[in-house]
Amino acid sequence: MELTDFREARRRIEAKQRHGGDKLTSVEEAARLVKDGDTLAVGGCLFTRTPMALVREVLRQRRQGLTLARNLTCTEGEFLLVAGAAQKIVTSWMSIGLPWGISKILREYAEQGRARFEEWSHMAIGLRFRAGAMGVPFLPTLTMLGSDLMGVTGAKTMACPYTGETLCLVPALFPDVALLHVHRADRLGNCQIDGYPHMDSDIAKAATTVLVTAEEIIPEDETRRRPDRTIIPGFLVDAVAEVPFGSYPHECYGLYEADFQHFGDYAAGIDARGSAAVKDYLDRYVYGPKGYADYLDLFGMETLMRQRRFARELTA
Amino acid sequence: MGHTPAELLAVMAARQLKDCTAVFAGVGVPLLAAVLAQKTRAPRLTIVIEGGIIGMEVEPGRLPISTNEMRGARRALMLPSITDTFLLAQRGFFDYGFLGGAQIDRYGNLNTTAIGGSYDRPKVRLPGSGGAADIIALCREIIVVTFHERRRFVERVDFVTSPANLEGNGSRRKAGLLFGKVTRVVTNLGILGFDEGTGAMRLEALHPGVSLDDVVRQTGFDLILPPRLDTTDPPTDEELNILRSVDPERRFLG
Repeated sequence: MELTDFREARRRIEAKQRHGGDKLTSVEEAARLVKDGDTLAVGGCLFTRTPMALVREVLRQRRQGLTLARNLTCTEGEFLLVAGAAQKIVTSWMSIGLPWGISKILREYAEQGRARFEEWSHMAIGLRFRAGAMGVPFLPTLTMLGSDLMGVTGAKTMACPYTGETLCLVPALFPDVALLHVHRADRLGNCQIDGYPHMDSDIAKAATTVLVTAEEIIPEDETRRRPDRTIIPGFLVDAVAEVPFGSYPHECYGLYEADFQHFGDYAAGIDARGSAAVKDYLDRYVYGPKGYADYLDLFGMETLMRQRRFARELTA
Repeated sequence: MGHTPAELLAVMAARQLKDCTAVFAGVGVPLLAAVLAQKTRAPRLTIVIEGGIIGMEVEPGRLPISTNEMRGARRALMLPSITDTFLLAQRGFFDYGFLGGAQIDRYGNLNTTAIGGSYDRPKVRLPGSGGAADIIALCREIIVVTFHERRRFVERVDFVTSPANLEGNGSRRKAGLLFGKVTRVVTNLGILGFDEGTGAMRLEALHPGVSLDDVVRQTGFDLILPPRLDTTDPPTDEELNILRSVDPERRFLG
Protein backbone atom coordinates (compact mmCIF):
# COMPACT_ATOMS: atom_id res chain seq x y z
CA MET A 1 0.00 0.00 0.00
CA GLU A 2 1.35 3.43 -0.93
CA LEU A 3 2.17 5.75 1.93
CA THR A 4 -0.40 8.55 2.20
CA ASP A 5 -0.02 9.51 5.89
CA PHE A 6 1.77 12.87 6.07
CA ARG A 7 2.81 12.25 9.70
CA GLU A 8 4.67 9.04 8.86
CA ALA A 9 6.09 10.68 5.72
CA ARG A 10 7.49 13.51 7.82
CA ARG A 11 8.94 11.06 10.38
CA ARG A 12 10.73 9.22 7.60
CA ILE A 13 12.36 12.41 6.34
CA GLU A 14 13.40 13.45 9.86
CA ALA A 15 14.80 9.98 10.57
CA LYS A 16 17.06 10.17 7.54
CA GLN A 17 20.58 11.39 7.68
CA ARG A 18 20.41 14.47 5.45
CA HIS A 19 23.86 15.63 4.59
CA GLY A 20 25.68 17.56 1.98
CA GLY A 21 28.04 14.73 1.22
CA ASP A 22 29.04 12.91 -1.91
CA LYS A 23 26.14 11.00 -3.48
CA LEU A 24 28.00 9.77 -6.53
CA THR A 25 27.72 6.03 -7.03
CA SER A 26 26.97 3.47 -9.74
CA VAL A 27 23.49 2.77 -11.05
CA GLU A 28 23.80 -0.77 -9.64
CA GLU A 29 24.53 0.53 -6.13
CA ALA A 30 21.84 3.21 -6.39
CA ALA A 31 19.19 0.61 -7.30
CA ARG A 32 20.09 -1.43 -4.20
CA LEU A 33 18.21 1.18 -2.17
CA VAL A 34 14.97 -0.20 -3.64
CA LYS A 35 13.36 -2.85 -1.42
CA ASP A 36 10.74 -5.48 -2.17
CA GLY A 37 7.25 -4.06 -1.73
CA ASP A 38 8.27 -0.44 -2.35
CA THR A 39 6.19 2.10 -4.21
CA LEU A 40 8.35 3.52 -6.99
CA ALA A 41 7.57 6.89 -8.53
CA VAL A 42 9.10 7.13 -11.97
CA GLY A 43 9.97 10.58 -13.33
CA GLY A 44 9.55 11.98 -16.82
CA CYS A 45 6.36 11.32 -18.74
CA LEU A 46 5.50 8.50 -21.14
CA PHE A 47 8.55 8.01 -23.42
CA THR A 48 10.31 11.14 -22.24
CA ARG A 49 13.14 11.25 -19.68
CA THR A 50 12.17 7.84 -18.29
CA PRO A 51 14.90 6.63 -15.88
CA MET A 52 15.44 3.51 -17.98
CA ALA A 53 18.85 2.61 -16.56
CA LEU A 54 17.39 2.59 -13.03
CA VAL A 55 14.24 0.67 -14.04
CA ARG A 56 16.43 -1.83 -15.84
CA GLU A 57 18.63 -2.27 -12.75
CA VAL A 58 15.61 -2.73 -10.44
CA LEU A 59 14.51 -5.53 -12.76
CA ARG A 60 18.00 -7.07 -12.83
CA GLN A 61 18.04 -7.16 -9.04
CA ARG A 62 14.73 -9.09 -9.20
CA ARG A 63 12.77 -6.87 -6.85
CA GLN A 64 9.24 -8.12 -6.07
CA GLY A 65 5.87 -6.74 -5.00
CA LEU A 66 6.52 -3.24 -6.28
CA THR A 67 3.91 -0.60 -7.04
CA LEU A 68 4.62 1.74 -9.95
CA ALA A 69 3.31 5.30 -9.73
CA ARG A 70 3.62 7.38 -12.88
CA ASN A 71 1.62 10.09 -14.67
CA LEU A 72 1.51 8.35 -18.07
CA THR A 73 2.90 4.82 -18.19
CA CYS A 74 4.88 3.52 -21.16
CA THR A 75 7.08 0.47 -21.84
CA GLU A 76 8.63 0.56 -18.36
CA GLY A 77 5.22 -0.39 -16.92
CA GLU A 78 4.98 -3.34 -19.28
CA PHE A 79 8.48 -4.48 -18.25
CA LEU A 80 7.63 -4.34 -14.53
CA LEU A 81 4.39 -6.29 -15.04
CA VAL A 82 5.79 -9.02 -17.28
CA ALA A 83 8.91 -9.42 -15.13
CA GLY A 84 6.59 -10.07 -12.18
CA ALA A 85 8.18 -7.17 -10.30
CA ALA A 86 4.99 -5.07 -9.92
CA GLN A 87 1.35 -6.06 -9.51
CA LYS A 88 -0.07 -2.57 -9.12
CA ILE A 89 0.18 0.55 -11.25
CA VAL A 90 -1.08 3.95 -10.13
CA THR A 91 -1.41 6.04 -13.29
CA SER A 92 -3.74 8.04 -15.54
CA TRP A 93 -2.98 6.39 -18.88
CA MET A 94 -0.99 3.49 -20.27
CA SER A 95 0.24 2.83 -23.83
CA ILE A 96 3.44 3.56 -25.75
CA GLY A 97 1.61 6.29 -27.63
CA LEU A 98 -1.27 6.79 -30.07
CA PRO A 99 0.44 5.33 -33.18
CA TRP A 100 1.00 2.00 -31.37
CA GLY A 101 -2.59 1.61 -30.16
CA ILE A 102 -3.83 0.24 -26.87
CA SER A 103 -1.20 -1.59 -24.82
CA LYS A 104 -1.85 -5.31 -25.22
CA ILE A 105 0.07 -5.90 -22.00
CA LEU A 106 -2.24 -3.55 -20.13
CA ARG A 107 -5.19 -5.41 -21.66
CA GLU A 108 -3.82 -8.85 -20.82
CA TYR A 109 -3.03 -7.98 -17.19
CA ALA A 110 -6.19 -5.92 -16.54
CA GLU A 111 -8.65 -8.20 -18.27
CA GLN A 112 -7.27 -11.32 -16.57
CA GLY A 113 -7.15 -9.54 -13.22
CA ARG A 114 -3.40 -10.17 -12.94
CA ALA A 115 -2.58 -6.62 -11.89
CA ARG A 116 -4.42 -3.71 -10.36
CA PHE A 117 -4.62 -0.44 -12.25
CA GLU A 118 -5.57 2.46 -10.05
CA GLU A 119 -6.62 5.13 -12.51
CA TRP A 120 -6.61 8.80 -11.54
CA SER A 121 -6.87 11.76 -13.86
CA HIS A 122 -3.53 13.12 -15.03
CA MET A 123 -3.92 16.26 -12.92
CA ALA A 124 -4.95 14.24 -9.88
CA ILE A 125 -1.71 12.21 -10.10
CA GLY A 126 0.16 15.51 -10.28
CA LEU A 127 -1.68 16.94 -7.29
CA ARG A 128 -1.02 13.77 -5.29
CA PHE A 129 2.72 14.25 -5.84
CA ARG A 130 2.33 18.00 -5.20
CA ALA A 131 0.57 17.32 -1.87
CA GLY A 132 3.39 14.91 -1.00
CA ALA A 133 5.94 17.56 -1.95
CA MET A 134 4.13 20.04 0.29
CA GLY A 135 3.99 17.60 3.22
CA VAL A 136 0.21 17.99 3.57
CA PRO A 137 -2.32 15.12 3.70
CA PHE A 138 -4.38 16.09 0.62
CA LEU A 139 -5.22 18.85 -1.82
CA PRO A 140 -8.66 20.08 -2.83
CA THR A 141 -9.38 20.30 -6.53
CA LEU A 142 -12.23 20.87 -8.98
CA THR A 143 -11.32 17.95 -11.24
CA MET A 144 -12.66 14.35 -11.23
CA LEU A 145 -15.98 15.39 -9.66
CA GLY A 146 -18.81 13.39 -11.24
CA SER A 147 -16.34 10.94 -12.79
CA ASP A 148 -16.53 7.20 -12.05
CA LEU A 149 -12.81 7.55 -11.24
CA MET A 150 -13.96 8.85 -7.84
CA GLY A 151 -15.26 5.40 -6.95
CA VAL A 152 -12.19 3.38 -8.02
CA THR A 153 -9.57 5.55 -6.32
CA GLY A 154 -9.12 6.97 -2.85
CA ALA A 155 -10.50 10.37 -3.86
CA LYS A 156 -13.11 11.86 -1.55
CA THR A 157 -15.44 14.82 -1.68
CA MET A 158 -16.13 17.45 0.95
CA ALA A 159 -18.17 20.59 1.21
CA CYS A 160 -15.91 23.64 1.00
CA PRO A 161 -15.83 25.12 4.53
CA TYR A 162 -15.94 28.63 3.05
CA THR A 163 -18.42 28.44 0.16
CA GLY A 164 -20.25 25.14 0.70
CA GLU A 165 -19.42 23.96 -2.84
CA THR A 166 -18.43 20.32 -3.43
CA LEU A 167 -14.68 19.76 -3.73
CA CYS A 168 -12.67 16.70 -4.74
CA LEU A 169 -9.86 15.78 -2.35
CA VAL A 170 -6.87 13.79 -3.53
CA PRO A 171 -4.58 12.18 -0.95
CA ALA A 172 -0.86 12.92 -0.91
CA LEU A 173 1.29 10.21 -2.47
CA PHE A 174 4.61 9.70 -0.70
CA PRO A 175 6.60 7.23 -2.82
CA ASP A 176 9.15 5.08 -1.02
CA VAL A 177 11.61 5.68 -3.83
CA ALA A 178 11.77 8.18 -6.68
CA LEU A 179 13.62 7.13 -9.84
CA LEU A 180 14.65 10.15 -11.91
CA HIS A 181 16.77 10.83 -14.96
CA VAL A 182 18.15 14.34 -15.48
CA HIS A 183 20.46 16.17 -17.85
CA ARG A 184 23.10 17.27 -15.33
CA ALA A 185 23.85 16.66 -11.68
CA ASP A 186 26.84 17.30 -9.47
CA ARG A 187 28.31 14.87 -6.93
CA LEU A 188 26.16 16.41 -4.21
CA GLY A 189 23.00 15.53 -6.12
CA ASN A 190 21.96 18.99 -7.30
CA CYS A 191 20.00 18.31 -10.49
CA GLN A 192 19.38 20.37 -13.61
CA ILE A 193 16.83 19.52 -16.28
CA ASP A 194 16.43 20.99 -19.78
CA GLY A 195 13.11 21.12 -21.59
CA TYR A 196 9.99 19.71 -19.97
CA PRO A 197 10.12 19.61 -16.15
CA HIS A 198 7.18 17.13 -15.99
CA MET A 199 6.52 16.23 -12.32
CA ASP A 200 10.10 15.44 -11.31
CA SER A 201 10.56 18.25 -8.81
CA ASP A 202 7.41 17.31 -6.86
CA ILE A 203 8.25 13.60 -7.01
CA ALA A 204 11.73 14.22 -5.55
CA LYS A 205 10.24 16.18 -2.64
CA ALA A 206 7.44 13.66 -2.00
CA ALA A 207 9.62 10.53 -1.93
CA THR A 208 11.50 9.14 1.05
CA THR A 209 14.48 8.03 -1.05
CA VAL A 210 15.57 9.73 -4.29
CA LEU A 211 17.74 7.97 -6.89
CA VAL A 212 19.02 9.94 -9.86
CA THR A 213 20.84 9.12 -13.05
CA ALA A 214 22.33 12.01 -14.99
CA GLU A 215 23.52 12.27 -18.57
CA GLU A 216 26.50 14.14 -17.19
CA ILE A 217 28.07 14.68 -13.77
CA ILE A 218 29.23 18.28 -13.56
CA PRO A 219 31.51 19.99 -11.03
CA GLU A 220 29.77 21.79 -8.18
CA ASP A 221 31.18 25.05 -9.53
CA GLU A 222 29.25 24.56 -12.74
CA THR A 223 26.01 24.13 -10.77
CA ARG A 224 26.85 27.36 -8.96
CA ARG A 225 27.32 29.16 -12.26
CA ARG A 226 23.75 28.29 -13.31
CA PRO A 227 21.78 27.94 -10.06
CA ASP A 228 18.60 29.06 -11.87
CA ARG A 229 18.68 25.76 -13.74
CA THR A 230 18.74 23.61 -10.58
CA ILE A 231 15.30 22.14 -9.91
CA ILE A 232 16.19 19.49 -7.31
CA PRO A 233 18.53 20.46 -4.46
CA GLY A 234 21.15 17.90 -3.55
CA PHE A 235 19.92 17.42 0.01
CA LEU A 236 16.84 15.61 -1.34
CA VAL A 237 18.95 13.11 -3.23
CA ASP A 238 20.36 9.83 -1.89
CA ALA A 239 22.31 8.54 -4.86
CA VAL A 240 23.36 9.89 -8.22
CA ALA A 241 25.03 7.99 -11.06
CA GLU A 242 26.36 9.13 -14.42
CA VAL A 243 24.57 7.28 -17.24
CA PRO A 244 24.78 8.77 -20.73
CA PHE A 245 21.75 7.70 -22.79
CA GLY A 246 20.18 6.74 -19.45
CA SER A 247 16.64 7.04 -20.85
CA TYR A 248 17.23 5.19 -24.09
CA PRO A 249 15.18 4.13 -26.13
CA HIS A 250 13.02 6.86 -24.59
CA GLU A 251 13.95 10.49 -25.29
CA CYS A 252 16.01 13.02 -23.41
CA TYR A 253 15.30 16.61 -24.45
CA GLY A 254 17.97 18.07 -26.71
CA LEU A 255 20.20 15.01 -26.39
CA TYR A 256 18.47 12.11 -28.15
CA GLU A 257 15.13 11.39 -29.70
CA ALA A 258 12.98 8.39 -28.74
CA ASP A 259 13.68 5.39 -30.96
CA PHE A 260 10.31 5.02 -32.69
CA GLN A 261 11.60 2.22 -34.89
CA HIS A 262 12.55 0.27 -31.78
CA PHE A 263 9.06 0.88 -30.33
CA GLY A 264 7.58 -0.37 -33.60
CA ASP A 265 9.57 -3.62 -33.49
CA TYR A 266 8.75 -4.09 -29.79
CA ALA A 267 5.01 -3.50 -30.40
CA ALA A 268 5.01 -5.82 -33.43
CA GLY A 269 6.47 -8.56 -31.22
CA ILE A 270 3.66 -8.06 -28.70
CA ASP A 271 1.03 -8.04 -31.46
CA ALA A 272 2.31 -11.43 -32.56
CA ARG A 273 3.06 -13.10 -29.23
CA GLY A 274 1.68 -11.03 -26.35
CA SER A 275 3.64 -10.97 -23.11
CA ALA A 276 5.94 -13.79 -24.31
CA ALA A 277 7.53 -11.19 -26.61
CA VAL A 278 8.17 -8.92 -23.62
CA LYS A 279 9.79 -11.85 -21.75
CA ASP A 280 12.19 -12.33 -24.66
CA TYR A 281 12.79 -8.60 -24.81
CA LEU A 282 13.69 -8.56 -21.12
CA ASP A 283 16.14 -11.44 -21.63
CA ARG A 284 17.80 -9.61 -24.50
CA TYR A 285 17.78 -6.01 -23.23
CA VAL A 286 17.55 -6.23 -19.43
CA TYR A 287 18.92 -9.48 -18.02
CA GLY A 288 21.40 -10.29 -20.80
CA PRO A 289 23.75 -7.30 -21.05
CA LYS A 290 26.01 -7.00 -18.03
CA GLY A 291 26.52 -3.26 -17.87
CA TYR A 292 24.73 -0.31 -19.39
CA ALA A 293 27.42 0.01 -22.07
CA ASP A 294 26.65 -3.56 -23.20
CA TYR A 295 22.97 -2.62 -23.27
CA LEU A 296 23.67 0.40 -25.49
CA ASP A 297 25.78 -1.81 -27.78
CA LEU A 298 22.58 -3.66 -28.69
CA PHE A 299 21.31 -0.46 -30.31
CA GLY A 300 24.68 0.39 -31.87
CA MET A 301 26.63 3.62 -31.92
CA GLU A 302 25.32 4.56 -35.36
CA THR A 303 21.72 4.52 -34.14
CA LEU A 304 22.54 6.42 -30.96
CA MET A 305 24.35 9.12 -32.92
CA ARG A 306 21.46 9.36 -35.39
CA GLN A 307 19.02 9.87 -32.51
CA ARG A 308 21.37 12.50 -31.06
CA ARG A 309 21.43 14.32 -34.41
CA PHE A 310 17.60 14.32 -34.57
CA ALA A 311 17.42 15.79 -31.07
CA ARG A 312 19.91 18.52 -31.89
CA GLU A 313 17.94 19.43 -35.02
CA LEU A 314 14.66 19.51 -33.11
CA THR A 315 15.98 21.79 -30.39
CA ALA A 316 18.31 23.95 -32.53
CA MET B 1 -10.67 17.69 -53.40
CA GLY B 2 -11.56 14.36 -51.76
CA HIS B 3 -10.85 13.82 -48.09
CA THR B 4 -10.67 11.15 -45.38
CA PRO B 5 -13.05 11.09 -42.37
CA ALA B 6 -10.16 12.24 -40.14
CA GLU B 7 -9.50 15.22 -42.42
CA LEU B 8 -13.18 16.15 -42.35
CA LEU B 9 -13.17 15.92 -38.54
CA ALA B 10 -10.10 18.12 -38.23
CA VAL B 11 -11.53 20.76 -40.58
CA MET B 12 -14.91 20.89 -38.84
CA ALA B 13 -13.32 21.00 -35.38
CA ALA B 14 -10.91 23.77 -36.45
CA ARG B 15 -13.86 25.94 -37.49
CA GLN B 16 -15.19 25.91 -33.92
CA LEU B 17 -12.24 27.93 -32.57
CA LYS B 18 -12.23 31.74 -32.37
CA ASP B 19 -9.11 33.88 -32.61
CA CYS B 20 -7.33 35.23 -29.50
CA THR B 21 -8.37 32.26 -27.36
CA ALA B 22 -6.58 29.32 -25.75
CA VAL B 23 -7.35 25.68 -26.54
CA PHE B 24 -6.32 22.68 -24.45
CA ALA B 25 -5.84 19.92 -27.02
CA GLY B 26 -4.68 16.32 -27.06
CA VAL B 27 -2.38 14.91 -29.74
CA GLY B 28 -3.86 13.38 -32.88
CA VAL B 29 -6.86 14.85 -34.72
CA PRO B 30 -7.64 17.47 -32.00
CA LEU B 31 -4.13 18.90 -32.30
CA LEU B 32 -4.36 18.89 -36.11
CA ALA B 33 -7.61 20.84 -35.81
CA ALA B 34 -6.03 23.37 -33.47
CA VAL B 35 -3.03 23.80 -35.78
CA LEU B 36 -5.33 24.25 -38.78
CA ALA B 37 -7.30 26.93 -36.93
CA GLN B 38 -4.06 28.69 -36.01
CA LYS B 39 -2.93 28.68 -39.63
CA THR B 40 -6.27 30.00 -40.95
CA ARG B 41 -8.94 31.82 -38.95
CA ALA B 42 -7.25 32.04 -35.56
CA PRO B 43 -3.59 33.12 -35.90
CA ARG B 44 -3.56 34.25 -32.26
CA LEU B 45 -4.82 30.91 -30.95
CA THR B 46 -2.73 29.68 -28.01
CA ILE B 47 -2.39 25.90 -28.19
CA VAL B 48 -1.85 24.22 -24.82
CA ILE B 49 -0.85 20.56 -24.46
CA GLU B 50 -1.04 18.64 -21.19
CA GLY B 51 2.54 17.38 -21.25
CA GLY B 52 3.49 20.95 -20.40
CA ILE B 53 3.42 23.09 -23.54
CA ILE B 54 1.99 26.60 -23.86
CA GLY B 55 1.89 28.33 -27.23
CA MET B 56 2.71 25.42 -29.49
CA GLU B 57 3.44 26.09 -33.16
CA VAL B 58 3.83 23.03 -35.32
CA GLU B 59 6.19 23.06 -38.27
CA PRO B 60 5.25 20.97 -41.32
CA GLY B 61 6.36 17.39 -40.82
CA ARG B 62 7.13 17.94 -37.15
CA LEU B 63 3.84 16.98 -35.59
CA PRO B 64 4.36 15.62 -32.07
CA ILE B 65 3.39 12.02 -31.35
CA SER B 66 3.04 12.41 -27.58
CA THR B 67 1.99 15.35 -25.40
CA ASN B 68 5.52 15.87 -24.12
CA GLU B 69 8.17 15.17 -26.70
CA MET B 70 10.69 17.48 -28.38
CA ARG B 71 8.65 18.25 -31.50
CA GLY B 72 5.96 19.78 -29.32
CA ALA B 73 8.37 22.04 -27.48
CA ARG B 74 9.91 23.50 -30.62
CA ARG B 75 8.82 27.15 -30.94
CA ALA B 76 6.63 26.95 -27.81
CA LEU B 77 6.32 29.97 -25.53
CA MET B 78 6.62 28.11 -22.24
CA LEU B 79 7.19 24.62 -20.87
CA PRO B 80 5.59 24.50 -17.41
CA SER B 81 5.35 21.38 -15.29
CA ILE B 82 2.41 19.11 -16.09
CA THR B 83 0.63 19.92 -12.83
CA ASP B 84 1.05 23.67 -13.35
CA THR B 85 -0.36 23.34 -16.87
CA PHE B 86 -3.54 21.74 -15.52
CA LEU B 87 -3.73 24.31 -12.72
CA LEU B 88 -3.99 27.04 -15.38
CA ALA B 89 -7.08 25.23 -16.65
CA GLN B 90 -8.49 25.02 -13.12
CA ARG B 91 -7.94 28.76 -12.69
CA GLY B 92 -10.11 29.34 -15.78
CA PHE B 93 -7.62 30.48 -18.43
CA PHE B 94 -8.52 27.99 -21.16
CA ASP B 95 -11.42 28.85 -23.47
CA TYR B 96 -11.66 25.48 -25.16
CA GLY B 97 -10.89 21.85 -24.46
CA PHE B 98 -10.77 19.28 -27.26
CA LEU B 99 -11.58 15.67 -26.35
CA GLY B 100 -12.30 12.29 -27.89
CA GLY B 101 -13.41 8.95 -26.46
CA ALA B 102 -14.09 5.30 -27.19
CA GLN B 103 -17.70 5.73 -26.06
CA ILE B 104 -19.96 8.78 -25.77
CA ASP B 105 -23.54 8.75 -24.51
CA ARG B 106 -26.75 10.77 -24.82
CA TYR B 107 -25.49 13.23 -22.19
CA GLY B 108 -22.02 13.60 -23.71
CA ASN B 109 -20.21 11.57 -21.04
CA LEU B 110 -17.03 9.97 -22.33
CA ASN B 111 -15.43 6.61 -21.58
CA THR B 112 -11.73 5.95 -22.14
CA THR B 113 -11.31 3.51 -19.23
CA ALA B 114 -12.96 0.15 -19.88
CA ILE B 115 -15.70 -1.53 -21.90
CA GLY B 116 -17.82 -4.34 -20.45
CA GLY B 117 -17.20 -6.40 -17.32
CA SER B 118 -16.26 -4.62 -14.11
CA TYR B 119 -13.57 -2.03 -13.44
CA ASP B 120 -11.31 -4.70 -11.93
CA ARG B 121 -12.03 -7.30 -14.62
CA PRO B 122 -13.01 -5.35 -17.74
CA LYS B 123 -13.85 -7.05 -21.01
CA VAL B 124 -11.70 -4.50 -22.86
CA ARG B 125 -9.27 -2.28 -20.98
CA LEU B 126 -8.66 1.12 -22.60
CA PRO B 127 -5.64 3.38 -21.93
CA GLY B 128 -7.41 5.55 -19.35
CA SER B 129 -8.24 9.17 -18.69
CA GLY B 130 -4.92 10.89 -19.14
CA GLY B 131 -5.96 14.53 -18.93
CA ALA B 132 -9.44 14.00 -20.37
CA ALA B 133 -11.29 14.04 -17.04
CA ASP B 134 -9.43 17.25 -16.16
CA ILE B 135 -10.08 18.99 -19.47
CA ILE B 136 -13.83 18.27 -19.32
CA ALA B 137 -14.02 19.55 -15.73
CA LEU B 138 -11.87 22.65 -16.05
CA CYS B 139 -12.00 24.26 -19.51
CA ARG B 140 -14.75 26.74 -20.31
CA GLU B 141 -16.13 25.19 -23.50
CA ILE B 142 -15.45 21.58 -24.26
CA ILE B 143 -15.69 20.29 -27.81
CA VAL B 144 -15.76 16.54 -28.38
CA VAL B 145 -14.16 15.43 -31.65
CA THR B 146 -14.97 11.84 -32.59
CA PHE B 147 -15.86 9.43 -35.36
CA HIS B 148 -19.58 8.80 -35.54
CA GLU B 149 -20.15 5.05 -35.12
CA ARG B 150 -22.96 3.13 -33.49
CA ARG B 151 -20.56 1.25 -31.19
CA ARG B 152 -19.26 4.60 -29.90
CA PHE B 153 -22.56 6.50 -29.60
CA VAL B 154 -24.19 4.45 -26.84
CA GLU B 155 -27.20 5.01 -24.60
CA ARG B 156 -25.02 4.98 -21.50
CA VAL B 157 -21.22 4.73 -21.33
CA ASP B 158 -19.90 1.69 -19.44
CA PHE B 159 -17.70 3.94 -17.32
CA VAL B 160 -17.86 7.71 -16.96
CA THR B 161 -14.20 8.67 -17.28
CA SER B 162 -14.98 12.24 -18.32
CA PRO B 163 -18.35 13.60 -17.19
CA ALA B 164 -20.25 15.94 -19.51
CA ASN B 165 -23.90 16.36 -18.49
CA LEU B 166 -23.95 13.16 -16.37
CA GLU B 167 -27.64 12.17 -16.16
CA GLY B 168 -28.79 15.52 -17.55
CA ASN B 169 -31.16 18.02 -15.95
CA GLY B 170 -28.46 19.89 -14.03
CA SER B 171 -26.71 16.83 -12.57
CA ARG B 172 -23.32 18.12 -13.81
CA ARG B 173 -23.70 21.22 -11.64
CA LYS B 174 -24.92 19.12 -8.69
CA ALA B 175 -21.78 16.95 -8.83
CA GLY B 176 -19.73 20.08 -8.21
CA LEU B 177 -18.70 20.78 -11.81
CA LEU B 178 -19.41 24.49 -11.69
CA PHE B 179 -17.64 26.00 -14.63
CA GLY B 180 -17.09 24.01 -17.79
CA LYS B 181 -19.68 23.08 -20.35
CA VAL B 182 -19.64 20.62 -23.22
CA THR B 183 -20.99 22.66 -26.10
CA ARG B 184 -20.33 20.65 -29.24
CA VAL B 185 -19.77 17.17 -30.54
CA VAL B 186 -18.05 17.34 -33.91
CA THR B 187 -18.20 14.08 -35.86
CA ASN B 188 -17.45 12.98 -39.39
CA LEU B 189 -21.22 13.03 -40.06
CA GLY B 190 -22.29 16.32 -38.56
CA ILE B 191 -22.26 18.79 -35.69
CA LEU B 192 -24.17 18.09 -32.51
CA GLY B 193 -24.92 20.08 -29.39
CA PHE B 194 -26.94 19.67 -26.20
CA ASP B 195 -30.42 20.73 -25.14
CA GLU B 196 -30.13 23.48 -22.51
CA GLY B 197 -32.79 22.03 -20.22
CA THR B 198 -32.40 18.27 -20.33
CA GLY B 199 -28.70 18.19 -21.27
CA ALA B 200 -29.40 15.55 -23.93
CA MET B 201 -27.62 15.47 -27.29
CA ARG B 202 -29.19 17.28 -30.23
CA LEU B 203 -28.28 17.15 -33.89
CA GLU B 204 -27.51 20.60 -35.29
CA ALA B 205 -25.97 20.23 -38.73
CA LEU B 206 -25.06 17.60 -41.30
CA HIS B 207 -21.92 17.57 -43.39
CA PRO B 208 -22.41 17.72 -47.18
CA GLY B 209 -23.66 14.43 -48.62
CA VAL B 210 -24.69 13.04 -45.21
CA SER B 211 -28.38 12.21 -44.64
CA LEU B 212 -30.32 12.29 -41.39
CA ASP B 213 -30.74 8.56 -41.82
CA ASP B 214 -26.93 8.08 -41.88
CA VAL B 215 -26.70 9.81 -38.50
CA VAL B 216 -29.60 7.90 -36.97
CA ARG B 217 -28.12 4.60 -38.15
CA GLN B 218 -24.77 5.36 -36.50
CA THR B 219 -26.25 6.58 -33.20
CA GLY B 220 -27.25 4.11 -30.48
CA PHE B 221 -29.80 6.44 -28.84
CA ASP B 222 -32.53 8.86 -29.90
CA LEU B 223 -31.17 12.28 -30.79
CA ILE B 224 -33.15 15.46 -30.37
CA LEU B 225 -33.85 16.83 -33.84
CA PRO B 226 -34.19 20.55 -34.47
CA PRO B 227 -36.99 21.92 -36.66
CA ARG B 228 -34.45 22.69 -39.37
CA LEU B 229 -31.05 21.10 -40.03
CA ASP B 230 -28.13 23.17 -41.30
CA THR B 231 -25.55 21.81 -43.72
CA THR B 232 -21.89 22.61 -43.16
CA ASP B 233 -19.63 24.02 -45.87
CA PRO B 234 -17.34 21.33 -47.31
CA PRO B 235 -13.62 21.41 -46.51
CA THR B 236 -11.76 23.81 -48.76
CA ASP B 237 -8.63 22.91 -50.71
CA GLU B 238 -6.72 25.38 -48.55
CA GLU B 239 -7.80 23.63 -45.34
CA LEU B 240 -6.94 20.19 -46.68
CA ASN B 241 -3.58 21.33 -48.05
CA ILE B 242 -2.59 22.79 -44.69
CA LEU B 243 -3.55 19.60 -42.86
CA ARG B 244 -1.58 17.47 -45.31
CA SER B 245 1.49 19.67 -45.01
CA VAL B 246 1.35 19.40 -41.20
CA ASP B 247 0.97 15.60 -41.21
CA PRO B 248 2.74 14.47 -44.42
CA GLU B 249 3.27 10.97 -43.02
CA ARG B 250 -0.51 10.80 -42.45
CA ARG B 251 0.00 9.51 -38.94
CA PHE B 252 -3.32 10.89 -37.81
CA LEU B 253 -5.06 11.94 -41.05
CA GLY B 254 -5.91 8.37 -42.06
